Amino acid sequence: MNIVVLVKQVPDSSMDRNLRSDDNTVDRGSASNVINEMDEYAIEEALRIRETHGGEVTVLTMGPAQATESIRKALQLGADKAVHVLDDALAGSCAVTTSRVLAAALGQLNPDLVLCGAESTDGRVQVMPHMLAERLGVAALTGARKLTIDGATLTVERQTEEGYEVVTAVTPAVVSVWDTINEVRLASFKGIMAAKKKPVQTLALADLGVPAGEVGAAGATTEVLSHHRRPPRSVGQRITDDGAGGIKLVEFLATEKFV
Amino acid sequence: MPEVLVVVEATREFGVKKVTLELLTLARQLGSPSAVVLGGPGAVDALSGTLGEYGAEKIYAAEHEEIDGHLVAPKATVLADLVRRVQPAAVLLASSQEGKEIAGRLAVKLDNGLLTDVTELTTEGTATQVVFAGSTIVTSRVTRGLPLATLRPNSVTPAPASAPTTPAVERLDVVLGEADKLVRVVDRVAEQKGSRPELTEASVVVSGGRGVGNADNFKLVEELADLLGGAVGASRAAVDSGFYPHQFQVGQTGKTVSPQLYIALGISGAIQHRAGMQTSKTIVAVNKDPEAPIFELADFGVVGDLHKVVPQTAEEIRKRR
Ligand SMILES: Cc1cc2nc3c(=O)[nH]c(=O)nc-3n(C[C@H](O)[C@H](O)[C@H](O)COP(=O)(O)OP(=O)(O)OC[C@H]3O[C@@H](n4cnc5c(N)ncnc54)[C@H](O)[C@@H]3O)c2cc1C
Ligand SMILES: Nc1ncnc2c1ncn2[C@@H]1O[C@H](COP(=O)(O)O)[C@@H](O)[C@H]1O
Repeated sequence: MNIVVLVKQVPDSSMDRNLRSDDNTVDRGSASNVINEMDEYAIEEALRIRETHGGEVTVLTMGPAQATESIRKALQLGADKAVHVLDDALAGSCAVTTSRVLAAALGQLNPDLVLCGAESTDGRVQVMPHMLAERLGVAALTGARKLTIDGATLTVERQTEEGYEVVTAVTPAVVSVWDTINEVRLASFKGIMAAKKKPVQTLALADLGVPAGEVGAAGATTEVLSHHRRPPRSVGQRITDDGAGGIKLVEFLATEKFV
Repeated sequence: MPEVLVVVEATREFGVKKVTLELLTLARQLGSPSAVVLGGPGAVDALSGTLGEYGAEKIYAAEHEEIDGHLVAPKATVLADLVRRVQPAAVLLASSQEGKEIAGRLAVKLDNGLLTDVTELTTEGTATQVVFAGSTIVTSRVTRGLPLATLRPNSVTPAPASAPTTPAVERLDVVLGEADKLVRVVDRVAEQKGSRPELTEASVVVSGGRGVGNADNFKLVEELADLLGGAVGASRAAVDSGFYPHQFQVGQTGKTVSPQLYIALGISGAIQHRAGMQTSKTIVAVNKDPEAPIFELADFGVVGDLHKVVPQTAEEIRKRR
């Protein structure tokens, strides 16, 4: 099975993240940049599928030059090769135009299966898998906590608000995964060495036949007008339980009209 | 008044979801709300009363087995046809997984911008969004197409219309292509959650962490939640330790909640947990470690053993009834 894993580089969510004051885009200098956590589970799932069903795993990233760090990490974990869509004109892309560029790249790679994270920690948008499926005219099975493959048939178990659903489709398809789907591996020494020789292809917009003026900030379908930091919460009351902590807690709840 | 489309979310058990009532409340400020019901046969009947109460002037109803039997794509197709025809002033959906997915497909179909996790929207189309785990507030707008936004639950106080309406129901033709029917739903399993409100919609959330100790002790968390009419949440450590099911996880890789009251029991307050709850209105924490970072957020904190504090809290609430 020919698998493409979508990997997005995001600012580390355990650090302080900011938007830039000049153009309102993500400040990639304010926190260190890492692979979007959920995408690590997509990489792992791809490697497991390759182990049982054979095939090839290609990493696809759209992002600035430093995204090569995330690509390298994915290759160290075991992906076979990578495609990096890199073009200055992509800065400031919105979700709609990002999906157009990724769909164009996927059109060239022509995979049986596209795996991606269910959402990214910077945007938390959860829209990319459906946007891509819409553009490619293929199935989208989102939020998988379990994926089984039988020939060309994919079956996904997905959490819903009421319980869970079982959904099925045939390849080609896009499947997005939650962190409940597997346990990710760490890169081995062998993997780290092997990654150095793995091919990374760089594609510019011209290679994809996408006009530069229609993507990036120039073609964005949404615009950030302003941004500010949320004021920190004011420090509240704190008591130490002296045997009546629960009663005092209820007194607080009562003054706030919760009981 | 310009027409504003609101895509309805409902459950069999509880009917119209609270977030849809919030959407209708918001839509009334922007124009004349029309509710869009996309579901299986008979979906509208149970909902029209509530939709009218919240001011829906009109209901567009698309009822078809194919809508229920496949994942989101049919809903997006029907909605796109409707938007093209009626050219509304705005399209509003819930920022739920499904709401965002329908909106994402709609954005591509119409080549229209999309704003997700919106907490406010003005008549001029300026939206407020909370990003980076609640640390940054952004104002933004759609620059291509009409305002298309998904609203984060608990952003608007739902209020019935001053004069309830009897909305006219317009049935929509459901014309689907092969691409809409690629993903078949083969099974839907409802996991029982009793009478508790849904986590993202609840006005009160009581969450337990590793400090709760074991699955059995989560009864304490549930009991307090029930006394306050709230939902139960859990930290990732509690979920990973098998104390509570994953769908109740609050945080960066779980649900984002923004209730009136959030009570954290035996939760340290790691940044990834805060990501899911720090926009809550009032935060209360019980933790035996005075250094726990959760206290930095708490409006009221009790340094103590939750196994003593929580039963006493429950007891005291009962006494006051
Ligand atoms: C990529 C990534 C994503 C993550 N996503 C999430 C997420 O979505 N949600 C999430 O919650 N976490 C998430 N985490 C994990 C997060 O970093 C923390 O590990 C987790 O939140 C800790 O859970 P906890 O507070 O229950 O446990 P701990 O940090 O172990 O804290 C337990 C607390 O209980 C207190 N305690 C113990 N016994 C008692 C007692 N008897 N009475 C009172 N207090 C007591 C202790 O003092 C301690 O403060 C994520 C981590 C990563 C790396
Ligand atoms: N620029 C990008 N490059 C590669 N993959 C992406 C990009 N943006 C989003 N994705 C993928 O789409 C998933 C969902 O992203 P989002 O819709 O932004 O929450 C992510 O987990 C990634 O797998």
